[in-house]
Amino acid sequence: MMLSRRLFLKSTALIGCSAAAHPLLNTISFASAPGENRLVVIILRGAMDGLDVLQPYGDRDLAALRPTLSVGPDHGALDLDGFFALHPALAPLFPLWQAGQLGFVPAVSTPYRDKRSHFDGQDLLEAGTGNDLPIRLQQGGWLNRLLQDMPGVTSQTAYSVGAEEMLILTGKAPARSWAPDAQLRLSAQAQLLLDHVYHDDAMFREAAAEATEIATEAMGDRSAADAAGLARFAASRLNADTRIASFSIAGWDSHANQPLIIGKALDRLAQAILTLREGLGPNWAKTTVLAMTEFGRTARQNGSGGTDHGTGGAMLMAGGAIRGGRIIGDWPGLGEGDLYAGRDLMPTRDVRAYAAWAMRGMFGTGRDSLETTIFPGLDMGDDPGMLA
Amino acid sequence: MSVSFPELAAIRLGYGLSPLMAPPQSAAEVLGSVALSLTTDDAVTLQQVRESAEKLAGLTKARAEGGAAATERHRAYTTELSFLPMVDLRRRMARALDAPAGFGERLVQFWADHFTVRADGSGAQMMAMAFVDEAIRPHLNGRFEDMLIAANTHPMMLRYLNQDTSVGPGSRVARNNPQRQLGLNENLARETIELHTLGVNADYDQTDVRQLAELMTGLTFRRRHEGVFNGNQAEPGAEVVLGRSYGGDGPARIEDIHAALTDLARYPATARHLSFKLAQHFLADQPRKAVIDDLTAVWRETRGDLPSVYAALIGHQELAATFRQKVRQPFDYLVAAMRALGVTGQQILAIEPKRIRNDMHRAMARMGQPWNRPTGPDGWPEPASDWITPQGLAARIEWALKMPARLADPLPDPRGFLAVALGDTAGEALTWAVPKAESVLEGVAIVLASNEFNRR
Repeated sequence: MMLSRRLFLKSTALIGCSAAAHPLLNTISFASAPGENRLVVIILRGAMDGLDVLQPYGDRDLAALRPTLSVGPDHGALDLDGFFALHPALAPLFPLWQAGQLGFVPAVSTPYRDKRSHFDGQDLLEAGTGNDLPIRLQQGGWLNRLLQDMPGVTSQTAYSVGAEEMLILTGKAPARSWAPDAQLRLSAQAQLLLDHVYHDDAMFREAAAEATEIATEAMGDRSAADAAGLARFAASRLNADTRIASFSIAGWDSHANQPLIIGKALDRLAQAILTLREGLGPNWAKTTVLAMTEFGRTARQNGSGGTDHGTGGAMLMAGGAIRGGRIIGDWPGLGEGDLYAGRDLMPTRDVRAYAAWAMRGMFGTGRDSLETTIFPGLDMGDDPGMLA
Repeated sequence: MSVSFPELAAIRLGYGLSPLMAPPQSAAEVLGSVALSLTTDDAVTLQQVRESAEKLAGLTKARAEGGAAATERHRAYTTELSFLPMVDLRRRMARALDAPAGFGERLVQFWADHFTVRADGSGAQMMAMAFVDEAIRPHLNGRFEDMLIAANTHPMMLRYLNQDTSVGPGSRVARNNPQRQLGLNENLARETIELHTLGVNADYDQTDVRQLAELMTGLTFRRRHEGVFNGNQAEPGAEVVLGRSYGGDGPARIEDIHAALTDLARYPATARHLSFKLAQHFLADQPRKAVIDDLTAVWRETRGDLPSVYAALIGHQELAATFRQKVRQPFDYLVAAMRALGVTGQQILAIEPKRIRNDMHRAMARMGQPWNRPTGPDGWPEPASDWITPQGLAARIEWALKMPARLADPLPDPRGFLAVALGDTAGEALTWAVPKAESVLEGVAIVLASNEFNRR
C-alpha cells in the first residue's frame, strides 16, 4: 500500500486500457482477507415464485391450484427427484445439479408476515432482523455485521456490485461498491489534469485513484450492467482479495403473464450463476452462492395468468462448496389446511437459518454471534448439512 | 482565501453561481428568498392522493377478478404512477434552477430530510409529493413547532413510521377485535423524540417513548375519511411524557397530540439538536461548538422562530471560516452543474420523464442518493466521506463528461465556464489545468469534476 497514488494514477492514465497488464498493479497488496472461502448472496427483487422455479409436481394439490403454471415435467420442466421439477428456463443449470453444485430449499421465508410489501420485505431480508426492532435499528445489513465479526477485514473483503443499493452490505464495516458498467472515459490528458487538480485534496485524490484502479480492471461497458456482467465483475474481485460479494437481480414480480416474466428473470439468474462458475475457475470449489427473495407468491394462480404476493418460497444455492443435487428442508404440502393464511406456501424454516449455517461453515463464524448480532433473535436450529 | 459575501451565499446557501442571474448581494436578499419557496403552483394535495388511492384500489380489485383488459388498465396506471418520482425530481430541479438565491429550496431539502419519509411503491409517490408541498413548504418561514405538527401528523409520515397501524391496546377497535391482536407501534413516537426533536442523547427514557406512542394512537390515514384522527383507535386515559400529562378528560382528541408535539419542540434539547443539524448541513460536518451555541441561543430566545435562526446562520462568521468544508450532495451537485451551464427550469420541465430517469434519476442513485429513497428515517448522511467514495466520485465524473453536451448547446468555453461556475474562488491548480484540456467537453468536465466545484 506504500505505492504513491499520484504515481499510480499517472501510470494507469498513460497506459489507459492496457493497465490490466501493468506491472505496478500487481505490486499493490492489501492485508490478506480471512481465509479462502467465498460467499455470494444474490437478492432476487420482486418476489420470486418458488413454486414455479422448483415445481412440486408430486404434490397432489398442485394441479388444482395452478392449472396452467408450474405444470411439471410433462411440460418441459426437468425432473429432479420424482417430486420436484426444475423450471425449464433453469435447464442450463441442470448439469450443476447433477454435479452436486446446485440445491434448493423449497419453503422458507424471513420473519416478514402479512403486509407483503416488496420494499419492506426486501429491507427485512437484507437487514436480517425480525419485525420487532424500530426501522432505524434495522438499517445495517447482515453481511456487514458478518464483516464486523471477521478478523482481518479490509475495504476489499466485501463488494456490493451494481448500481442498485445493497442494504445487505451497509453498516459500520468497510465495504466497497461498484457498478461495473461505470465508464470513466477520460483521455490520458484529462486524467493527468484531474490528478493535478485533486492532488492536495486527499479525499478526492484517493477516491479517484481507487475508482481509476477498479474501472481499468473492470473495463466498463454497457453490457456489464446485466446480471452476467455483475457476476463477471464479482468473480474478478473474488479471485483477488474479496471474499463476500452481493448483487441483485430484479424482475420477479409476475402478477400477470408469469411464464414470460419468470422465464426472463430465470435466464438472468442462470447466466449469473454460470458466469460466476466460469469466472471463478478453481475458486468455484470454495464458493457458496445463495439466491434469496423477499417472499414467495400465492399458491393459487390468479385470473391474469400470474401469482400475487405471498409468504413462503424457495431459496437456491449453488457452488462447488455446497452439498447439492438435493432438496434440503421440509415440504409443508399444499392442502387447504397446509397453506399460510389459506393462500400462501407455509414457510417451514427461517431463510436466515440457512444463511447462518452457510456463514458458520464458510467463515467459522460463532453461533453466538450469528444468533445475537448478525441475525438478532434467530434460532439456527440443527445443521441442515448444506455444505460439502 | 477571502470570499465575497455574494459568492459565499450563492455557493454555500444556494445552488451556486449562474450566468443568468447575479448572486444575492445581502443577507436580507438570501432571507427574503425563502418566501418564494412557501408555495408551488403544481402543489399536490391530499385530496389528489385520496382520489389516486381510490382509483388504484378499484383497478386492483378489477384485476383480481380477471381479464386481460383489467390487467392492462392496472398496468397502465401503475406505470403512470411509477414515473411520478421523475416528475417530482424534475419539478424540484426546475425550482432550484430558477430560484434567484436558492436558500429557500435548499431549506426545502434540509427540512424534508430532517423529516425523512420514503416513498415505497407506486401508491406512495403522490403522497410523498404532498408531504413536501403541504407539511414542509408552508412552514419554512414559521415556527419549528408548526412544521413538526404538520410533518408528524401527515399521512406520509404516519405510513412511513407505522403510526397508521398503531392501535391503543385499550381502544375500542382493539377491544372489539381481540382476534386481530392489535397493539402499539412505537416507531413514530420514538423517532419524534430521537430524531425530530430532543435528539438521541437527550434526557428521556423508554417510558416517555411508550407514553408518547400511547398518546399518538388514533393518528391514521383512511382514504375514504377526512382528517387523520380516529378516536376509536386511541388509547383511553391520560399519558405522561417527560413529566407532563396530556389528555384523559373525555374522549381522545388530536389536540392533545398537538400539545405534546408543541412541548417537545420547545425543549432546550430540541433547540440544540436542531441548531447542530443546521450548522452541520450548511457549514461543516463537525461544526464548532461556538456556532451551535449561538444558533441555540437565538432558537431559545425566539422559541424556534426559523427566520431568526436562519438570520443568525447567514450572518455568522463561520459561513466564511468553513468555506468548502462541505461536499454538495448529489441533488445539489446536479442542480449546481446545470445552473452553471445556464440551464433553466423551463428547459428541464420540457424533458420527458423517461430521459429524466436516465440522465438524472439513475445518475443520482449511482452517486449514492436515490431520489426519495434514503435508507432510514435519519435521512441522508452529512459527512463528505460518505459521498466522495470511489463509486460516488466516478458517477460524478461520468455525469460531468456525458451530460453537459446534452444540456448546453453549444458548450461554453471551459475558461469562461470556470469563471462562471466558481467566480473568484477557483484555485491555482484548477485554473492551470482547465485551459490544458484536449477538448471543450473535457474542459467543462474537469471544472464540474473538480473538488472545488463539488465542495461548498
